[in-house]
Amino acid sequence: MSAPSAVMAQSDIRWNLPARGPVGMYCLIAAEVAIFTIFVVAYIFYIGKSLAGPQPHDVLHPPIFLTSCLLSSSLTIHIAVRFLRGGTMMSFALWWVLTMVLGAVFLAGTIREWRHLIYEDGLTIQTNLFGTTYYSLVGLHAFHVIVGLLALGTVLAFTLRGEVRKEHAERADVLSMYWHFVDVVWVVVFLVVYVIGR
Amino acid sequence: MSIESVAGPIPHTAMLPPLVEQLHSWVITVDHKRLGILYILYALVFLLVGGLEATIMRIQLIRPHNDFVSPQVFNRMFTMHGTTMIFFVVMPVMFGFANYLIPLMIGARDMAFPRLNAFSFWMTAFGGLLLYFSFVGGDGLYGAGSAPDVGWFAYAPLTSKTFSQGHSTDFWTLSLLISGFGSVGTAINIIATILCSRCNGMTLSKMPLLAWLNLTMGGLVILAVSPLTAAQLMLLIDRYLGGHFFDTQAGGSAVLWMHFFWVFGHPEVYVLVIPAFAFASEIIPVFSRKAIFGYPVMVAATICIGFIGMSVWAHHMFTVGMSSNANTFFVLSTMAIAVPTGIKIFNWLATMWGGQIHFETPMLFCIAFLFQFLIAGLTGIMQAAAPFDWQLTASYFVVAHFHYVIVGGILFTLFGAFYYWFPKMSGRMYNEALGRLHFWLFIIGFHLTFDFMHIPGVLGMPRRIYTYEPGRGWDIWNLIVTIGVFFQAAGVLIFIGNLVWSYFRGKLAGSDPWDGWTLEWSTTSPPPTYNFRAIPAVKSRRPLWDLKHPEDPDWHYE
Repeated sequence: MSAPSAVMAQSDIRWNLPARGPVGMYCLIAAEVAIFTIFVVAYIFYIGKSLAGPQPHDVLHPPIFLTSCLLSSSLTIHIAVRFLRGGTMMSFALWWVLTMVLGAVFLAGTIREWRHLIYEDGLTIQTNLFGTTYYSLVGLHAFHVIVGLLALGTVLAFTLRGEVRKEHAERADVLSMYWHFVDVVWVVVFLVVYVIGR
Repeated sequence: MSIESVAGPIPHTAMLPPLVEQLHSWVITVDHKRLGILYILYALVFLLVGGLEATIMRIQLIRPHNDFVSPQVFNRMFTMHGTTMIFFVVMPVMFGFANYLIPLMIGARDMAFPRLNAFSFWMTAFGGLLLYFSFVGGDGLYGAGSAPDVGWFAYAPLTSKTFSQGHSTDFWTLSLLISGFGSVGTAINIIATILCSRCNGMTLSKMPLLAWLNLTMGGLVILAVSPLTAAQLMLLIDRYLGGHFFDTQAGGSAVLWMHFFWVFGHPEVYVLVIPAFAFASEIIPVFSRKAIFGYPVMVAATICIGFIGMSVWAHHMFTVGMSSNANTFFVLSTMAIAVPTGIKIFNWLATMWGGQIHFETPMLFCIAFLFQFLIAGLTGIMQAAAPFDWQLTASYFVVAHFHYVIVGGILFTLFGAFYYWFPKMSGRMYNEALGRLHFWLFIIGFHLTFDFMHIPGVLGMPRRIYTYEPGRGWDIWNLIVTIGVFFQAAGVLIFIGNLVWSYFRGKLAGSDPWDGWTLEWSTTSPPPTYNFRAIPAVKSRRPLWDLKHPEDPDWHYE
């Protein structure tokens, strides 16, 4: 019954395999890209096909400030992970909090924009095709920002309890990959919704 | 039974824990072998359910003007049959085998993310339960329930609130959404396991073909199931939030749903068939006593199928009025996929050529697969030509074609895989005589049903009709088709009986009953929780051959 594998010839190849964390995250990002692709295709397909109600160029204003907030949060999370790798916990926590603040500002801006659209411009998800595709695509992205903030918040909670250490840098880095992805998707959404679609 | 008890160095004398504790240990397990078996058992239950639904449909169609079930029930049956067989039988069973076999074949102790693995299984399991709960809750809390009846591809505007009242369509949408999360989770796990957990020396070019093919399958799941998830989200937005994605009254497009569904739906066929190819690629060499012919070409052809398979979806839509350029593109891409598939068939034949072929049950199923998959491919090429498809689309010819793929191709190799790896999973041999009986009953039933199903299709019988007029020349063919179903059902019942009987009474299999070459045969049957006492190291694609034939190892030639 003993396994013959134990006596197998040792290979002389040097053995280096990729870490599972980044590979898993790249796969997740690929799946998310596929989901966003379908929503973006639907948005582009329906540009100018609304039969009634407000049109994009009447009500949309490019959120330049919010975009710069979200994009710079990619830089701050990168710096945060670098500090974690170096073991400077205080700086790590500060840059991590800054990332979360930038993400939260972005979300607050989206809430304000939606509030204005709904109450001032009378555009809801039911109004027309523009409303349906706009709230779906931007909402899907906002949902990913919220998930990202919850994940970042979890790491922050562990950090404040002193349980995050230098050796967790690789894991924080995997989370930062997700955050970068959310930012890159925003670039696409911004171009499609606020540039091409207007 | 406890797995450790068979394999561990400590002799097994302790009493088995009580039943509740054993069941509990299966619910909380993160072991890839147990999750694999859970996937497989779960799929077998749904195979019986989906088969029962098919049988109900065939009894209804056995003669003209039959009134075995009402039209409404018939609509539910074909919707539930299709959805069940694709999402809750073939996909889970393929994930189950992938889960069970990949870590064993690449010399790993578990999947890369064991807890994600358990999460994915339970998502799939709850998805299936949710779908079937629609029989009780489909109409909401008042009145009797009903299952979804919109067809397995649920074309708009059938799924709109106007035409699909109550919650039956919502059950369909939500169950596919949930099981879709499970599928993507498992796909991520499969890819990460293959890329990150291979044992020492197993470079990508030394992996068993099963690992390569499942790697491709994982990639396809990620790229194909996610669009379905997106489309289901849109459908939910339409149904619950009053959106207009597929609402033609507000300028929305029903054709867009078709595109989104088939962007998932066609690659899905390759998600199902590539693991079937994987089984054939492991079983045929072992029972021909020859190494697989053209390993690198097999890998290349697989990846080629994966890529081309992503760009053929609209051949399901030749009759909706796409531009002639679009039609031409999808005709050509669909025909192109025959090339890598043909390469594979020739490679399997070349593997058998000059080999010492052992006609054991797994091999019988694989040989039948070769013939039947060839015919399925040929009718596929016929329908790839748009003008031909205009004539026969949505007829029983199409139904016969894709059942030839899914039953004649996929289910046959799947049965082969069951017989081939049953000794490894259970530690006991199956009954060979019952296995052969299953094979012959099933092959007779299969050909009675699906060969003759082409004919009423050519004669103009549309799919999804619940009855038909006599005197159109369809009667005799429908009778033969239905008779075939009973042979298939008998075969499946013998198969299940064989598994159950052999699990308790079969003779002990030992660790390597087939004189196999891949790593799963190097550990005990069933393997211990930790799979391998020491992580193996390999130097060729057939490590056990090297071990058994030190005078002539494979790595001299690879």
